[in-house]
Amino acid sequence: MEITLNGKLREVTVNTTVTRLLEELKLHQLRVAVQVNLDIIKRDRYETVELKPGDKVEVLTFMAGG
Amino acid sequence: MHGHGPLKIGGIELHSRLIVGTGKYPDFPTMQKALEASGTDMVTVAVRRVNLDRTQESLLDYIDLKRYTLLPNTAGCYSADEAVKYSRLAREVGMSNLVKLEVIGDQRTLFPDNEELLKATKILVKDGFIVMPYTNDDPIMAKKLEDAGAAAVMPLGAPIGSGLGIRNPHNIAIILQMIQVPIIVDAGVGTASDAAIAMELGADGVLMNTAIAGAKDPVKMAEAMRKAVEAGHLAYLAGRIPKKSYASASTTMEGMIE
Repeated sequence: MEITLNGKLREVTVNTTVTRLLEELKLHQLRVAVQVNLDIIKRDRYETVELKPGDKVEVLTFMAGG
Repeated sequence: MHGHGPLKIGGIELHSRLIVGTGKYPDFPTMQKALEASGTDMVTVAVRRVNLDRTQESLLDYIDLKRYTLLPNTAGCYSADEAVKYSRLAREVGMSNLVKLEVIGDQRTLFPDNEELLKATKILVKDGFIVMPYTNDDPIMAKKLEDAGAAAVMPLGAPIGSGLGIRNPHNIAIILQMIQVPIIVDAGVGTASDAAIAMELGADGVLMNTAIAGAKDPVKMAEAMRKAVEAGHLAYLAGRIPKKSYASASTTMEGMIE
């Protein structure tokens, strides 16, 4: 199925959880925030939240800034 | 009283009165050295989309989290709702409640939208955040932010990145008299004397980014800023002499030959 990840279309397997997505992206050991369709997903829900086709997923982290 | 004792913001004690941004450095190693030279123990960061290319280095590879407290900002937010959203995202990334709250009202000047800023401050304080709002050098606004529960108030010296220095020292002085929470002069510093002036006025600290990152030698400028902040703070504590229109001899006339 297809989701939108950080503004770009991406193919993921059905029932992919947030944990699984972060592992696939090799981001699971980083400090990130995850938003799915405008809802911020708390860390303790990463295992249980499953992505659906068409979901808009944003993965954010700390970048340089003043 | 401002400037006396250690600087505490929302229960966090800072040893350095200089807060430094992580943006605009030529490269991460230079930033790392500059942060070290500045003596800071709090650095600002932004919240942005993660780089999905994991072969590239990331900012956090260059920031020792045991040494520096991260202060996430809401740079680029133009409404209270957006700033609240970014604060909550920052909390998820950083697992802390600190936020440098920016709600910008105009792209060219980057002046704050104080109406939205106050609105966002109220929401975030209720939500348990330690809110450090970036605001104008307006004493009334500073008071409203303090009353709304801001942990510190951060008036600008001049527009962000302008390097124009402390344009209205009198307003900063009035803010210091009116407000109990720490006052951090944020934005506008161009060189070391600007930082010293802010501290001589009695500010609790100074936050800067471009003045260091954009200098020809950011590491040297970071050291200059550390010294300027310390010197200005010491001068404030020491208590300067009053200004007079005429000379007052340092050497006595007594003992001169007739």
